[in-house]
Parts: sequence; structure tokens; C-alpha cells
Amino acid sequence: MTKSQYVIEAKGLVKSYGDNHVLKGLDLKVERGTMLALLGPNGAGKTTTIRILSTLLELDGGSVEIEGYDVSTQADKVRNVIGLTGQSAAVDELLTGRENLVMMGRLYRLTKESATARAQELLEDFDLTEAADRPTKTYSGGMRRRLDLAVSLIATPPIIFLDEPTTGLDPRSRLAMWGIIKKLVEKGTTILLTTQYLEEADQLADRIVVIDGGKVIAEGTATELKSRVGKDRLEISFGSAEHLTVVKQLLGKAVVDTNDKEYSATLVIDDINQDVKEVLDKLAKEKIAVTSLEVHKPTLDDVFLSLTGKQAATTNAEEA
Amino acid sequence: MATQLIFEQKPKFILDLQDSLIMIRRSCTHIIRNADQLLGTFFQPIMFLVLFATVFGGAIKGSLPPGVSYLDFLMAGIIVQTASFGSTTTAIAVCNDLQKGIIDRFRSLPMSNLAVLNGHVISDLLRNTISTLVMIVTGLVIGFRSHSGGLAWLEITGILLLFTLSFSWLAAIVGVVAKSVEAVQWLTFIIIFPLTFASSAFVPTESMTPVLKAFATHQPITQVVEAVRALMLGTPIGNYGWNTLAWSLGILVVSVPLASWLFSRKGTK
Repeated sequence: MTKSQYVIEAKGLVKSYGDNHVLKGLDLKVERGTMLALLGPNGAGKTTTIRILSTLLELDGGSVEIEGYDVSTQADKVRNVIGLTGQSAAVDELLTGRENLVMMGRLYRLTKESATARAQELLEDFDLTEAADRPTKTYSGGMRRRLDLAVSLIATPPIIFLDEPTTGLDPRSRLAMWGIIKKLVEKGTTILLTTQYLEEADQLADRIVVIDGGKVIAEGTATELKSRVGKDRLEISFGSAEHLTVVKQLLGKAVVDTNDKEYSATLVIDDINQDVKEVLDKLAKEKIAVTSLEVHKPTLDDVFLSLTGKQAATTNAEEA
Repeated sequence: MATQLIFEQKPKFILDLQDSLIMIRRSCTHIIRNADQLLGTFFQPIMFLVLFATVFGGAIKGSLPPGVSYLDFLMAGIIVQTASFGSTTTAIAVCNDLQKGIIDRFRSLPMSNLAVLNGHVISDLLRNTISTLVMIVTGLVIGFRSHSGGLAWLEITGILLLFTLSFSWLAAIVGVVAKSVEAVQWLTFIIIFPLTFASSAFVPTESMTPVLKAFATHQPITQVVEAVRALMLGTPIGNYGWNTLAWSLGILVVSVPLASWLFSRKGTK
């Protein structure tokens, strides 16, 4: 079998629950050794897509090939080459971290020696050695997620599905998770990741597919998508109205909005490192004191606003 | 990546068997690490046996065959009752697994589909065996005596294992179908409670109303109780042994494929 350039190829995925049409002809292709992020609000069909691709859910229409194997007719072959990290940490709570890893390794049909050695290696890689022999119900959310990801890597499958791997994690755990995921891609793993966060897709993925209402509404690299959404905005506040007037003259066209009551100006910036420094240098030269400074990044809502012309209605404010 | 991974190169059926062994070990670990369950395994049988023997003993004594003490009569009944109540554990464990993300993990692995259910059913069988032994020892301490020989006890062991296995598979169906652990408890309660109490487990059926007596005489629990009792007391076993065998095998033939089929379908639609 000649290996195709695309490891994951989904065509025209259709899935409905009664009148609820979750997927309406979704197409997806992931190139070998790259990471694709599936970006969309809650209810867009992200998890349903992952569940179909990982053989957990039967499809109503369309076709999926994973490494050339059909998910409907060759599920067992598919299961040999994939690893899945779902939304709820799928680890056994009464078993220890190590027991979880070894058990899953054995179920992937690794020999006992291999599973044990690989478990130790993963515990070290994921900073879990101290907690290795405690039942996982004593783990923190971040530790559980790390173990969960480690479990799906136990047999080093070439394809990994990550369903919202950082939802509900604190910022530090999220950064740690990003580091781990980046390393996986460097090692040549093909990854399909779903997320509600534009920033996460931006940080990690080679390509991003934006879905809404069970369809692809945009795709491209992070840069391509962001250019469609708009640029970062810098909001600066000053001590007085005179300062604001000077600033307007000084920065000219870059100022897109001003607020005369709060003496603040909003600027569009291209490069957060260079442009912010430039602006601050200019202000310093004129001895204008800045009282506050804030950079606004385009959000998922901005993507939606620009792509669909409407606010993403189903975006859950609590989680987003 | 230092470790060179080596995969098992065995025939598929051996690997599938190995999966079941791994899952049995998992379920047994659950039982050992779950303090409530462990307590139930050891103390519930003692409590039931002592309570029934002392509370009902005096009142029921008169309606028993001459020369048979209530404790000797009760022993078979209470063992079967404990085994059938114990099958609830299988239902709860299966339901628990299905509620959690871990089932998706198992399903996304190249493992045998039946292994998860096998794990719960077999570990439950082991747990029930321990409960039964505890009960027999307790019985001996408070005065239970059997004059049957080794062969009879071998038959008792076989009957109880087969019956418990079949009931656990029945419970596995409940575990797959039920939407929550609470629902499992209700479902098993309304099935198992009437079956065990409207039987000859605790009292002779002679004093029951005709309708109840007809039910009690023919339902499976009574067959098992009577078979075990006859073997324990050395009285004629009649058809009870064959009936027990027929019921247990019948339940197994239906419930193993049904539970497996329901389990593999659950959540994939």
C-alpha cells in the first residue's frame, strides 16, 4: 500500500439525531505529520466529528479513511493506529496512574515488559512520577489530563485525536499541555485537535478548520484566518484630554477609535512586539504618561463575526 | 523515545482472552479498593445470616420437616439470596463504566469488546464466592451442620457458581440498559426482591396463598434453593438439580449474547 499524503480523509460526513442535524456534509483532510485544529463553538459538531473518526460513532452518510482504512468496515485496523483523548479524562479512578498506563498498553497488545517500560517513560515525560502509584481520583484536573494524554500515547500511535484537551484547565496547566502537544508534532505524530479557543489553534496547529452548524465555514493557516478576522488592537489610556489630542496627532492613521471621557485611544497593530514598543517610544519622547495599556486579540467571536456576519449564538460564555 | 515497543504476536483468540483477564484484574482491584464493597462482601452475609436465624428461627421452626433446624433450612436460602442480591454489583459496575469517559477509551482500542463485561461478571463471581465462604463459616460457628459428603458439596459449588454466573450476566443487561446507577438499583430491586422472597429461600412454600405458591414453586430461585438444600441436608433432590441447570444455562444462552450486543451498540448510534 502506498501511503497517501493525507492520513485522515473525511468526505461529506453526515450525522443526525432525529431532527437534530449535527453534521451536514463535513469534509476534512489532515496531512501526514501535521496538526489540524477543528475550531468552533459548542454544538458545532466538533466532538461528533472526533467520535466518528475514532470509530466510536457510526456515520449516517459520507466516508472516512484513516491511514487508508475505512472506519466503518475496518474499525479494528483503525484502532491500531489511533490514540484518543476525549473531553472527560478517561482514566480509571481507582487504579493508579501507572496501573492505568500499563493496563491500556496491554489492551493495545503491547507485551508486559514493553507496557511497563513505556509507562515509566511516559510518567517521567509527563511529570507524573511522584503521583505514579496513587489512585488517580486523588489527581488534580491538570494531572488527570496529562495522564489521559499519556495513556493515549502508550503504544505511540501515529495518529492522535485530542478533543478539547485544555478546556477547564488553569493557565499554567494549559501551557504545560501545549508544550507536550507541540513535542508530539515535532516527533512526527499526526494530530487532529478540537478547540473553542482561537489562541490555542493559533499556537499549535499548522492548519485550522472553522466549523459551525455541522459545516466547514473557513479553513487556512492561523495567519490566513486572522487576516480575515482583523488585527490585534492596542488600547492606551492617558491622564488628560490634552495628552489624547497630542497622541492623535502623533500616531495619526493608526488610531481607529478614541474615547474622550476616559482619555483613551485604540490602535490597530500588526506586530505585538514591534509596534507596541514603537508606540511607547514615541509617547516617551513627548513625555506623555500612559495610565493603562491593553492588547486585545481577535477572539473566536471575532472570527465568527467576520466569517458569518453574526455573533456565534451557541458560544457558551462560561466556557469561552 | 528510548523504549522499543514490542507487540504481542499471538492468535487473536488468545489476545481476546488476555483482554478479559486484564479486565478481570481491573474489576477485582476495584472491589479491593472500594471500602464499601469490601465491607458488604464480608459483613452483609454475616449480618443477614445471624439476623434471619435468630429473628425468624423460633417462629418458623414449627412448619419445618421434623428434625431440621431453621439454621440448616435457612443456609441454602440465604446463600442463594446473597448471590442474587450480589449480582446488582455487576449491574452497577457496568452502568458506572458506561457513564464515564473510560468506555470511549476502551472502545477506541483494538481490544475485545466482550472483555469489559467479562471483567465485571467474573470478578463479581469471585466476590460472591468469598461472601458465600464467609457465610458458611459463620453458619458453622453458630451451629449449622451438614452431613453430606464431598461429592454433594462439589455439586453445590458447581450449582452456585453456574447460577451466580447466569444472574450476573442478567444483571449486566440491566447495567447496559439503565440510564443511571440509581435506575440500576431500582431495576434490580424490583426484579430480585420478589424473586428471592417469594421463594422457598426463607420459609417453606406450604403456607403461601395458592397463586403465590404456584409462582414460588416454579420460579428459578426456588429451584436453586431446593437443589442446594437437598444436597446440604442429604434429602432427595428430585428434579431441582436439572431444573437449576436448565434455568442457569437458559439464562446464560440468552443473556450473554444479548448483553454483549446491547453493550457494543450502546453509544455508537
